[in-house]
Amino acid sequence: MAGSVTANYVSATAAARTGPLAEPAWVRRTLIAVAVIFLALLLILPLVTVFYYAFKEGVRVYFAALSEPDALSAVRLTLLTAAIVVPANTLFGIAAAWAITKFRFPGKNVLTTLIDLPFAISPVIAGLIFILVFGARGWFGPWLTEHDIKIVFAVPGIVLATAFVTFPFVARELIPLMQAQGTQEEEAATTLGARGWTIFWRIVLPNIKWGLLYGIILCNARAMGEFGAVSVVSGHIRGVTNTIPLHVQIVYNEYKFAAAFAVASLLMLLAFATLAVKSFVEWKYARGLAMKESGESI
Amino acid sequence: MTTHISVKGLSKSYGRFEAVRNVSFDIGKGRLIGLLGPSGGGKTTILRMLAGLETPDAGDIYFHNKRVNDLPPQKRGIGFVFQNYALFRHMTVFDNVAFGLKVQKKKKAEIRERVLHLLKLTGLAGLESRYPQQLSGGQRQRVAFARALAPEPELLLLDEPFAAIDAKVRKELRTWLKEMINRLGITTIFVTHDQEEAVEVADEIMIIHQGRLEQKGTPYEIYKNPQTPFVVGFIGESNTLDDIAHLKGFHDDHADTKAMIRPEFIEIGFEDEIVHRSAAERGVVRNVYFRGANWQIEVEVGPYRLSAYRPLERRTLNPGDEVLVLIHRMYLVNGEQISVAENVLKREALAIHI
Repeated sequence: MAGSVTANYVSATAAARTGPLAEPAWVRRTLIAVAVIFLALLLILPLVTVFYYAFKEGVRVYFAALSEPDALSAVRLTLLTAAIVVPANTLFGIAAAWAITKFRFPGKNVLTTLIDLPFAISPVIAGLIFILVFGARGWFGPWLTEHDIKIVFAVPGIVLATAFVTFPFVARELIPLMQAQGTQEEEAATTLGARGWTIFWRIVLPNIKWGLLYGIILCNARAMGEFGAVSVVSGHIRGVTNTIPLHVQIVYNEYKFAAAFAVASLLMLLAFATLAVKSFVEWKYARGLAMKESGESI
Repeated sequence: MTTHISVKGLSKSYGRFEAVRNVSFDIGKGRLIGLLGPSGGGKTTILRMLAGLETPDAGDIYFHNKRVNDLPPQKRGIGFVFQNYALFRHMTVFDNVAFGLKVQKKKKAEIRERVLHLLKLTGLAGLESRYPQQLSGGQRQRVAFARALAPEPELLLLDEPFAAIDAKVRKELRTWLKEMINRLGITTIFVTHDQEEAVEVADEIMIIHQGRLEQKGTPYEIYKNPQTPFVVGFIGESNTLDDIAHLKGFHDDHADTKAMIRPEFIEIGFEDEIVHRSAAERGVVRNVYFRGANWQIEVEVGPYRLSAYRPLERRTLNPGDEVLVLIHRMYLVNGEQISVAENVLKREALAIHI
């Protein structure tokens, strides 16, 4: 049945190419071999390496590295940053996607382009921007010093830099989805007497929820893993302004490989968790569709 | 009959494109009105302005003599059925229909009763837990209809309600819709580009062309007395002639006039079949098409090529046959005005026989 599937982020099971479309066996084998070798070399090998080195000196060293005060502080800061950045960017993402897809206004194309800016700019430059704006010699530096507000080389700077870098994820996920869905259902709700918030909660949100969740997951993964921008604004004050990625680098530079990889494995686990949640979301979404499309017997 | 809707001087432009130009009309309570016209003519824009989904640039809309221009769609007491139905795809049929009632904060039991009643009325009983994706086109259309009716609107607006449905189901739905609306007695306006649909369903038709209201009237009035060349051309079929100087019975006063002749105004037959022989022209059959219920004949008369119908029970014509062509009447086009001209020789011929 022709259900209108507008979101295409569900990994569709590709139909096997058979008959006249099928390539000769050697082409198929070569392609598969290339893909497998590439994957092994670039993805699986590094993955295994992380855990190999993390546990190389034993489980005790592993857990000692994780429970060290500086490491714990890094974990706390990373969680705090994500806890601020992800909700903020979610709200922004919904607002931006809403503005871009539902309204006509001057400067709309500029806004659409600007949303992508963080993807286009090197994270290090992004970090530098904040130094130039809020740093001691930056535009607001003197005023900030005067009022004893610390942004750069402190937690607010880290949050800002992370927010900047993870800015586009939610909006980027929602814009095509909302564009495809159009405004007809909202108009229908309007003619049925519904207003702003009711329309948002009852019509818009249910339609975008899986896309939104997907965007949030990606945003979170990046927020916790961001290195470049955060590294510039953090100042690397141990136990104060180090996030997990920064902590890994410091420990590594001190030649404590086992400890470095142990902490790194945390990020790895986060990546696995993200992938798991992502797969779950996709599975849920696909199942929801399947349930709606089959079930002729209801 | 009391006036329900009154529209005065309604206009709307999108940039330089004038979608609706100075349209005025009145609609009586309980009438079923068809807005008919070619695509892009402004019908949907008029409908959306009535609903409050578009703001007019000029003109006033009155419901029951109250100006509603500044009333939001939520307060206009309307039900709207969208062309693609715009069903809430994450909601079941039941929840779709219940939406308007839930917004009104009606009691649960009351909502349930009304929704089930509407689903029964629209022949959807038993489908309440399905999702829109699981329904056929006709079923979706009826869900949209039930959903629009649920909050008991005073005015029902339907935008191309049958456009997305296949031909056979469409016919059934038309009949169904007309009966349903007559039974409910609710004022209804529907948009369509299909003249057959408008003629069959509507009490009254408004013909909209290039943003203007060309004519308003019952289907019969419009067919019988078209007032503009566009209406003649759009409703029914017609042959258009640039001048009628060479046609018997018409050339006296209107030599250079443009004219439009409906196929049913033309009688084609052998000499012994035409009563008013002296009023008829001689012609040669050029093409013959079988049209199911009759033959469509293309005949050449002097410089003209005319199209007309011939019943199946008459002798079959073949291309090349010499025939008589009797034109009973035609529409004369004077600028934007239409007048009817009868074949004068027909009357004279009769007089001689008596």
